Amino acid sequence: MAKLLMKGNEAIAEAAIRAGAKHYFAYPITPQNEVSEYLSRRMPEVGGCFLQMESEVAVINTLFGAAAAGIRAFTTSSSPGISLMSEGLSYITAANLPTVVVNMCRAGPGLGGILPSQGDYRQMTKGGGHGDYHLIVLAPASVQEAVELMMLAFDLADKYRNPVGILADGLIGQMMEPVDFDALPKPTVYDKSDWITDGAKNREPHLIRTLFLDPVPGEIENRKRAEKYRQIEKNETRYEIYNLENHPKLVIVAFGTIARVCKTAIDELKTMGIEVGLFRPISLYPFPYTELMQVGEKAQMLLSVEMSNGQLIDDVKMAMQGKKPIHFYGRQGGIVPAPDEIVEEAKKLFNVS
Amino acid sequence: MPRVIIEKDRCKGCELCVRACPQQILRMTREINVKGYFFAEVFDQPRCIGCTLCALTCPDMAITIGANSVVYRFFEV
Amino acid sequence: MELIFKKPESLTDTITHYCPGCTHGVIHRIVAEVLDELGLRERAVGVAPVGCSVLAYNYFYCDFLEAAHGRAPAFATGLKRANPNLIVFTYQGDGDLASIGGNEILHAANRGEKFTTIFVNNAVYGMTGGQMAPTTLPGQVTTTTPFGRKVDDVGYPIRVAELLATLRTPSYIARTSVHNSEGIIATKKAMRKAFSYQKENVCFSLVEVLSTCPTNWGIPPKQAAEWVGEHMVPYYPLGEFKTPEKVH
Repeated sequence: MAKLLMKGNEAIAEAAIRAGAKHYFAYPITPQNEVSEYLSRRMPEVGGCFLQMESEVAVINTLFGAAAAGIRAFTTSSSPGISLMSEGLSYITAANLPTVVVNMCRAGPGLGGILPSQGDYRQMTKGGGHGDYHLIVLAPASVQEAVELMMLAFDLADKYRNPVGILADGLIGQMMEPVDFDALPKPTVYDKSDWITDGAKNREPHLIRTLFLDPVPGEIENRKRAEKYRQIEKNETRYEIYNLENHPKLVIVAFGTIARVCKTAIDELKTMGIEVGLFRPISLYPFPYTELMQVGEKAQMLLSVEMSNGQLIDDVKMAMQGKKPIHFYGRQGGIVPAPDEIVEEAKKLFNVS
Repeated sequence: MPRVIIEKDRCKGCELCVRACPQQILRMTREINVKGYFFAEVFDQPRCIGCTLCALTCPDMAITIGANSVVYRFFEV
Repeated sequence: MELIFKKPESLTDTITHYCPGCTHGVIHRIVAEVLDELGLRERAVGVAPVGCSVLAYNYFYCDFLEAAHGRAPAFATGLKRANPNLIVFTYQGDGDLASIGGNEILHAANRGEKFTTIFVNNAVYGMTGGQMAPTTLPGQVTTTTPFGRKVDDVGYPIRVAELLATLRTPSYIARTSVHNSEGIIATKKAMRKAFSYQKENVCFSLVEVLSTCPTNWGIPPKQAAEWVGEHMVPYYPLGEFKTPEKVH
């Protein structure tokens, strides 16, 4: 099969099916409704199940049940919906269950707006729900990458028995790009027979719980989870670098769609004789701290470009440990910075007018 | 003949079995069990009709009922 | 000697943490007996609520999940849709089901999810220490209604069985009580029906069971049982409110 021209939301939906996820539960919210609409038609074709739930609260808990039954299931939503799911994500993490949640981030806080944003960076990477936990968070910059990361998300969720979040935005969801499904790796099948609740036949009952009234086992559970996160940090860091060959004085840090805008700006700056590099984290948790430090150390300064009011910059600061000045440029409310804005910002930093 | 067997250390002394027994052959002891509760006992075993209501009522699975002959079933459960 | 009454296999030997006279133990046993009698234990997955029965998994000898507060019907939906061969039941109290989980139970019932809900109504929040529940009776004193539930302020108690029975989707909805022998026998019958409908893949089923909470009501178990008969049964009538055979 040749490349298909697909809308991001539909490509993500199809990728999940290719990853073996035949169960999808969701609640309508803009800008990701095409996923539900696509899967309401597609799931019956593959013998799967699409269920429109009564709320995002119900959605995330249905995913808990489905994960406990041992199948691959997922949902898609957008910022306010993810807020409602935060409680459930905390529970799913506490129960060491795999699931995949896609956040087509829109502007916030509150109802905000339906245009693209990265305002959920902290919500996705630093928690949102209660307790010591992390989602594994992956951020695609193109429809093709969204498809690849979607496939990876299910594997990582099963491998580490931890929820995986895809943090994209309305741009990824709404734009049409060519997608190649053929080149994708086959999903990995993990043996779940020693923990799923599929009926206690010829074995002792399996119990999936999150309550630990006794503090000692409670701490042991938390330490086991912390160890899992150390493994994830060791093994699952992903990032992309761009135009670092000529040792640029300035390195832009940006993720997702905005990183593509930055690439255009970098190309434009190059024609003006100004070398700027790009560091694009693909895994937002685990964040590539060490790798960014290695890149940042060689530059004179860094610039965090975001569609939020300074969230990614916190991790850039953590990575750089105060060794280099870090600047910020961001737009909010659903406004996507244009390449010219970033060019201007870079020129300011180079004192070029 | 039916026989009521009370596992005294499971009993929490709620007295619901005493209330349930149609023959009124159960009572609370003046002794306490390992949990510190006065527990239920049968004081007139021969009058037991094997209706099993005491066991059905016990919230703590403290009562088992045996029989060494056919016992009339008073109701379907 | 043959045993004519013994612990069902679907229960463990663990002594419950429930207070003396609390009827959770009776309801657990009834559910376990039904699982045994219908041969469902090896396919059964229970979903525990948040509330006193959060630890129900210590007492049932089958697979179990622990749900977030009120969300058991959503968990059960996910389980059953993922693996329709499972026999899924949620075990929920009145705070869990009728208050925080009102939406989940309403929509699960309306979708006709083929699982069974055991709804234990004792008119009070037990585990948190006796606060007013949506099912607390008018005038009933709780730790948050020290002068009795005032219906002109917080409304009347919710009759869950009647409410769910208004839904057009076929289901089995019954209310029983375990405050006396007669009620316990009726509860067992209703429970068997509820699980049979699930076993035959017919419909959603819910049995609301009127239960006691001697500790938080502040009266001894025997009086608590009588209180159910005198006060709860008149407000919460017993019986079958809906069967799948009868189209409304």
